[in-house]
Amino acid sequence: MADLTTNFLGINSPNPFWLASAPPTDKAYNVNRAFEAGWGGVSWKTLGEDPPIVNVNGPRYAALHSNDRRVIGFNNIELITDRPLPDNLKEMRRIKRDWPDRALVASVMLPMNEESWAQHIPMIEDTGADGFELNFGCPHGMSERGMGSAVGQVPEYVQLATEWCKKYARVPVIVKLTPNVTSIVHPAQAAKEGGADAVSLINTINSIMRVDRDSLTMYPTTDGMGTHGGYCGEAVKPIALHMVAEIARNPQTRGLPISGIGGVTTWQDAVDFIALGATNVQVCTAAMVYGFKIIEDMTDGLSRFLDEKGVASVHALVGAAIPSITEWKYLNLNHVDKATIDQEKCIQCGRCHIVCEDTAHQAITHSVNGKRRFEVKDEECVGCNLCVSVCPIEGCISMRPTTGADPRTGAPIHPQPADWTTHPNNPLRHA
Amino acid sequence: MNMNTNTDTSAGVQPRRLDRQQVADNFAGLESCLSASEAAVEADRCYFCYDAPCVRACPTAIDVPMFIQKIRSGNLIGSAETILSANIMGGMCARVCPTEILCEQACVRNDFENKPVEIGALQRFATDPVLDQQVQLFARGAPTGKRVAVVGAGPAGLSCAHRLAVLGHEVCVFEARDKLAGLNEYGVAAYKAGGDIAQREAQYILAVGGISVQTNKTLGVNIHLPELRAQYDAVFLSVGLTSTRRLDIAGEDAEGVLDAVDYIADLRQAPDKSELPVGRRVVVIGGGMTAIDIAVQSKLLGADEVTIVYRRGQAQMGASEHEQALAQTRGVSIRHWASPRRIESENGRVRGVEFEAFQPQAIDGVPQTDGDPAREGERFTLAADVVFKAIGQLLADDFPAPAPDDRHALELKAGGIVVDEERRTSAPGVWAGGDCIPDGDNLTVSAVQDGKVAALSINQFLT
Repeated sequence: MADLTTNFLGINSPNPFWLASAPPTDKAYNVNRAFEAGWGGVSWKTLGEDPPIVNVNGPRYAALHSNDRRVIGFNNIELITDRPLPDNLKEMRRIKRDWPDRALVASVMLPMNEESWAQHIPMIEDTGADGFELNFGCPHGMSERGMGSAVGQVPEYVQLATEWCKKYARVPVIVKLTPNVTSIVHPAQAAKEGGADAVSLINTINSIMRVDRDSLTMYPTTDGMGTHGGYCGEAVKPIALHMVAEIARNPQTRGLPISGIGGVTTWQDAVDFIALGATNVQVCTAAMVYGFKIIEDMTDGLSRFLDEKGVASVHALVGAAIPSITEWKYLNLNHVDKATIDQEKCIQCGRCHIVCEDTAHQAITHSVNGKRRFEVKDEECVGCNLCVSVCPIEGCISMRPTTGADPRTGAPIHPQPADWTTHPNNPLRHA
Repeated sequence: MNMNTNTDTSAGVQPRRLDRQQVADNFAGLESCLSASEAAVEADRCYFCYDAPCVRACPTAIDVPMFIQKIRSGNLIGSAETILSANIMGGMCARVCPTEILCEQACVRNDFENKPVEIGALQRFATDPVLDQQVQLFARGAPTGKRVAVVGAGPAGLSCAHRLAVLGHEVCVFEARDKLAGLNEYGVAAYKAGGDIAQREAQYILAVGGISVQTNKTLGVNIHLPELRAQYDAVFLSVGLTSTRRLDIAGEDAEGVLDAVDYIADLRQAPDKSELPVGRRVVVIGGGMTAIDIAVQSKLLGADEVTIVYRRGQAQMGASEHEQALAQTRGVSIRHWASPRRIESENGRVRGVEFEAFQPQAIDGVPQTDGDPAREGERFTLAADVVFKAIGQLLADDFPAPAPDDRHALELKAGGIVVDEERRTSAPGVWAGGDCIPDGDNLTVSAVQDGKVAALSINQFLT
């Protein structure tokens, strides 16, 4: 069996699945249940200064549903913990005592003055928490008060607050980043320069779920008014993966440990995050949609996957896919792919034909010799993968590399790679 | 499946083998309608195929992927309009179409999961609200001043009348019976046509305007083709098949030997179905939908033993496999390769049917699927209190046969009125469609298409 234990910044946990700082980790009751179910660690619901904040007494959540009401995306306007700090600290201490093998990280959000950090960080660390996670990510409510993403969007603030935390903390400090920025590398770099031991990302994305089409107001509202919330769940995973990979491969931030967050719903999602550079993952929406029991498949599936791949541990998987990521300008323009349709698997829905015909390159037939049949016309196909993307049958359409000459252009295909940097059409090409 | 079955095994023919509630429950139990969430999930299964095979398989060419997409997006009225503009009887067709041999058989999902999208059920889901609330989606066209007579208010006639009205023509519908909708009202099995659907659909069709109706008008009795041709700019004949084929065997006139179509009509019109007389042992002769319908309904009414006997094999039955299975799960036995030879009776009342069983013959190794056995086979007798004949129907016995010298006469062939692709008969200005034209499949959906095609042809002729 593959080794699922992870050591993240010296914090050990039996598996790489932590619950993210959010409603599921709000209090001892929930966290106990999570640990009983098998979760590897938790980032406790974000602590702040007393008196505690208050939440609205109306809807805090909304979902993007599929037609059978599976939750694809989710958003929330809940703030940080609304319970008194001493209550949280007491419960955290007890949890750490009762579950010494699990990770317990304290998520904190404090105002931009050093005194507050000096006062709170040692007090929180005294609970036995294994580390801190600085919430520079929440994009709603707290950001209006100069915290959360209001900090995360300004690299200088990120660095300053990280420095304060590091000054007063003895345990590792993770900086949780907001995706509501143009480039994730800048705040990540600032965190690193502020002394952060790691970053975690992504926090939620600014969002309005939809409009109530009866009342023509946004949905949901509290007493007729609503506000933007933070978007998460399966739908945000590709955005999160990109940001994780950027930090993992960028020279300024490369090597900075990463805790991956954003739409992890199954072990497969965890594989994606870990292969793109995360050492562990944090989960919230999947637990809020299915309950804590979902962890069983996450660990079981990941373990079997690693065994099948012959990978001995989670750590051995970290960053495995990073070498395959580059910039567009380095893609091999001499490589030619053509789509090919497995006629045995084809169910003749014709979707590949109509999308290629209407929106791409007119490269798929709808009939051959008067019979309904969908075949790729190599002389038109640019290898764009649209047909693969829309085909309802997995594995029916695949891309196959072509050698010799490209039937589309008639030009010979050079076996030597060549990219945009040397392409004759590039006015800035290398001589 | 929950079905109330008979515990009263007294012989003979009698009403109330089941009580009123039991019968009502039996008939209601077969009605199925998707809930909103079921429809959403099912609609999601549609791939929105290009040049979709289901559309090609529909005799009325309903744009199935589009109506399902409209269900998916919550545009239910739009969905109904997509359906009804291709098939104004989309509501009834959703209930009676043998979808398993039409649209659903063509569904590409069959190719890899053997489970088509439930197109019929989705069609019902989309059309029910429009018919329930009589949401009018069509308007009468600007009057053209042309008048068309439609003879017969079944699916073909009403479809034709509706399309003609939408195109602005004035339509007069003549119907032989008291109520409109033809076989939808008198022929479709009661368990498929609950909630007075046939009348609600007819009402919906007439509500478009420009259509007047005269009931109790029978062609050749109190209306005549020459007069209609003289008085109207065009005539559409959709008179159906009104006489039943005979077995032509000894004893056929015994009491208790009934035409299935008559009994089905009575059943549809009965205010309390439990009051209908039901045999303990019922034998049905035939292999089409009518045979299945009468057999199933006999069981639902409380008959103890119901046996369908068909002279050919399972594969040759006119009833689809789905319908055969439905009958069998309701406790109907189906026997193949046997022909009735004699009705046995006692005091003028049927008490059994003698059949001749035979093996299908093979000629040069090819199994023959038609014709009577060349050699005499084994004989067996089934006891019966009631025998239903369900072996097909013909044009009315008194339907006017063409005189050889009349160039305006209707050409008849194979017991039907000959038409061309546009449903034009041999008589100028006269179109025909529905069951009264030959070689059809006798499906409601095909009759609707006949009416639609004829209306478009008539419109072209008139304008």
